[in-house]
Amino acid sequence: MNEIIAKEEIAPSTYGYDIYHPRIAKKRKAGQFVIIRTHDGGERVPLTIVGSDVQAGTVTLIFQAVGHSTKELAQLGVGDRLLDMAGPLGKATHIENYGKACVMGGGYGTAPVLPIADALKEAGNDLIGIIGARTKELVILEKELGAICSRLEVATDDGSYGHQGFVTDVLQKLIDEGEKIAFVLAVGPTPMMRAVSNLTKTYGTPTMVSLNPIMVDGTGMCGGCRVEVGGETKFACVDGPEFDGHEVNFDLLMKRQGTYKAEEQQASDHAAHCRVGLEAAR
Amino acid sequence: MSPKTETVPRQAMREQPPQERVGNFNEVPLGYTEQQALAEASRCLQCKKPKCIEGCPVAVDIPGFIALVQEGKFAEGARKIKETNVLPAVCGRVCPQETQCEVLCVLAKKSDPVAVGRLERFVADWEREHNVVERPHTAPPTGKRVAMIGSGPAGLTCAADLAKLGHEVTVFEALHEMGGVLVYGIPEFRLPKKILREEIDTLREMGVKLETSAVIGKLATIEELMTEEGFDAVFIGTGAGLPHFMGVPGENLMGVYSANEFLTRSNLMRAYSFGEKADTPIARGKRVMVIGGGNVAMDSARTALRLGADKVILAYRRSRDEMPARAEEIHHAEEEGIEFHLLTVPVELRGDERGWVTSAIMQKMELGEPDDSGRRRPVPVEGSEYEEPIDVAIIAIGAGANPLISSTTPDLETNRRGYIVSDPETGATSIPGVYAGGDIVTGSATVIEAMGAGRRAAAAIHQYLLGTKAEGQPTADA
Ligand SMILES: Cc1cc2nc3c(=O)[nH]c(=O)nc-3n(C[C@H](O)[C@H](O)[C@H](O)COP(=O)(O)OP(=O)(O)OC[C@H]3O[C@@H](n4cnc5c(N)ncnc54)[C@H](O)[C@@H]3O)c2cc1C
Ligand SMILES: Cc1cc2nc3c(=O)[nH]c(=O)nc-3n(C[C@H](O)[C@H](O)[C@H](O)COP(=O)(O)OP(=O)(O)OC[C@H]3O[C@@H](n4cnc5c(N)ncnc54)[C@H](O)[C@@H]3O)c2cc1C
Ligand code: SF4
Ligand code: SF4
Ligand code: FES
Repeated sequence: MNEIIAKEEIAPSTYGYDIYHPRIAKKRKAGQFVIIRTHDGGERVPLTIVGSDVQAGTVTLIFQAVGHSTKELAQLGVGDRLLDMAGPLGKATHIENYGKACVMGGGYGTAPVLPIADALKEAGNDLIGIIGARTKELVILEKELGAICSRLEVATDDGSYGHQGFVTDVLQKLIDEGEKIAFVLAVGPTPMMRAVSNLTKTYGTPTMVSLNPIMVDGTGMCGGCRVEVGGETKFACVDGPEFDGHEVNFDLLMKRQGTYKAEEQQASDHAAHCRVGLEAAR
Repeated sequence: MSPKTETVPRQAMREQPPQERVGNFNEVPLGYTEQQALAEASRCLQCKKPKCIEGCPVAVDIPGFIALVQEGKFAEGARKIKETNVLPAVCGRVCPQETQCEVLCVLAKKSDPVAVGRLERFVADWEREHNVVERPHTAPPTGKRVAMIGSGPAGLTCAADLAKLGHEVTVFEALHEMGGVLVYGIPEFRLPKKILREEIDTLREMGVKLETSAVIGKLATIEELMTEEGFDAVFIGTGAGLPHFMGVPGENLMGVYSANEFLTRSNLMRAYSFGEKADTPIARGKRVMVIGGGNVAMDSARTALRLGADKVILAYRRSRDEMPARAEEIHHAEEEGIEFHLLTVPVELRGDERGWVTSAIMQKMELGEPDDSGRRRPVPVEGSEYEEPIDVAIIAIGAGANPLISSTTPDLETNRRGYIVSDPETGATSIPGVYAGGDIVTGSATVIEAMGAGRRAAAAIHQYLLGTKAEGQPTADA
């Protein structure tokens, strides 16, 4: 259990892992996540389940090495084992046939979009995809989403690939062109999800976003993941992680995500320091 | 009985001095020496009709084990307790003896009761430290399989009893470590995790399968456990782990924690050694306010102090007499310099532009008429608000039932507050073969009460498993 069966660097600092856990592979639904630890004393890191292979008993995770724990995770290779993996956590995405739906992914947030896009397609939706990244080499899963969507647009902040600008610019363009979008699902950095929600609100288009507040247990026991939706406090790990984007208090979410900035810095400085030490010792 | 017993005073336990212990996470009470244990045991009158036993939810044979201590048979004393209580080293430390066994001791009428808890702790520690712990005898396999959901005291006790009876037991725990509140909630300085781990090792040696990171309701439902995975019976001991918040403005500011989160970060994730042995951070406040008056509040306050706070305020809305925490914990907290602000409650938390909590608006209360709990209801005093500067707030006002299991088990009857309805004698729920006990049935209670519920359920499950076999009824895996 928890063995890494395959590893791929799909973009700079962005990795895809297939991990052996037949029960989660069988049970998981689009929109759910796992919580993993790499070693004793390690953090509990939530990661969305991007897909699974029931036959092989594997679960696919895609993550970006952004800080101490995800960098440690990136150090592992095929044959290594995660110390633990709990899941599938969170509610599954509500899937129905909206007619024409638009799925939007920003950065590594494109990964969680894939299973949801799959499920929406299966339910009969005509799908438009809009994915974005800072620059060309960070665009991920273009081929996979291209195979599901009847139309796929790519945007990069620096214009090195596809449209130059944000995914919201593309969405605006599609609406202006007369695309009748009945539902939007957006996953990505919090500012991106907020921008999408603000835009779709003006058109009254139902919009779901997948929130990623700081979590600990992921079972509703600590309340650390609380978010405000429609003025009410919700626990993202059990009530979500997907919520109505028009109701989410994004300001609060962004503040709370920054709770441990100083400690995160300390952890990554410490790690860098250790690595320097190691190299010096060699 | 000889009058000599009256001359020996109740033996105090050595403790780390307050000034020293606030700087570490080591256990505060250091336990009895053999001499102290013998002296304390000599005080027990060996009553013919021992009152003390009636106060113990699992009816430990108190005079029986103390008689063995009197003879210097310490390991035998521990084994005597283990006939009814699988976790004596834990219970000796955390039971509220002053309201359970000790309060009924005959000596309590005239002087101090026998220190049952300290003796219980002593024999259990002695047995473990001398490496003479015996693996309990297990009956030949019955071929029946039982699933425990949750590894708190209720689940562990039920597992041990069923394993002894020869059933194949698997414990499913959502977190990455076994023990429930004993591992994620109660701090190291009150219950060293090493002790718990050794108790859990005993279970493993008895053949109990332990599966961590297994969230039932998500990974598999109870129905799936019984139909697809071949379990003949299930025991639900999932605890009351849903944190309550106060519902006041500012509660989602940064630096505001539920006690569950604060304690989980510190205990389970070992955030107190952040940057050294652990990667999980915790806010180390300088001025910390804990809201509540139970064990959970005391544990949070004392943890905050050890994480380096200059000032820790414990705000409780009733008076000291109503505080539900164990007397010993209140005493320890006061010794360590926790400031009790009684009859006060925060009505608002305020923060700075970054969204970090900076102060609490406090309101004074006075006691009015008794409420349904029999305790006098606190009523706000008009115009008594004042502002208290803080940088961390920890909310320890209670917990509720986590809906993970009930929402995924359609036929499981729950009450208005979400707790599982089960027979107090047997733990039987509305679903045949499914039993429940501990905090998920009673709401937050005590370790030993959860263990009592686990024991009763084990007995009933055993009957159920034999019954279905005897009557030849189809079992889940047939
Ligand atoms: C439901 C959910 C699904 C997620 N899915 C993915 C995914 O599929 N791929 C992916 O790359 N990332 C995903 N994340 C984010 C991922 O968990 C964080 O990037 C990771 O925890 C950062 O840890 P770190 O130590 O590497 O970085 P740090 O330097 O510690 O933190 C970087 C940022 O990550 C966030 N973060 C830190 N600790 C946690 C924590 N315990 N829980 C959540 N966020 C935290 C903080 O906002 C912080 O600013 C998901 C988060 C959630 C809540
Ligand atoms: C901080 C604190 C201090 C306390 N101090 C004392 C004290 O000094 N003395 C005393 O007697 N009592 C004390 N108590 C109360 C006591 O700890 C509880 O009454 C007791 O632990 C309840 O036991 P339980 O077995 O019912 O549940 P718990 O100990 O709560 O264990 C339940 C376990 O089930 C797991 N679980 C939940 N849902 C699932 C699921 N769906 N699938 C798998 N696993 C699941 C949880 O992760 C948890 O590990 C304290 C409680 C707290 C929180
Ligand atoms: S288990 Fe608790 S209540 Fe029972 S005798 Fe021991 S200390 Fe007393
Ligand atoms: S009531 Fe007190 S004196 Fe009597 S048997 Fe119990 S502990 Fe001993
Ligand atoms: S992560 Fe603890 S309640 Fe959601």
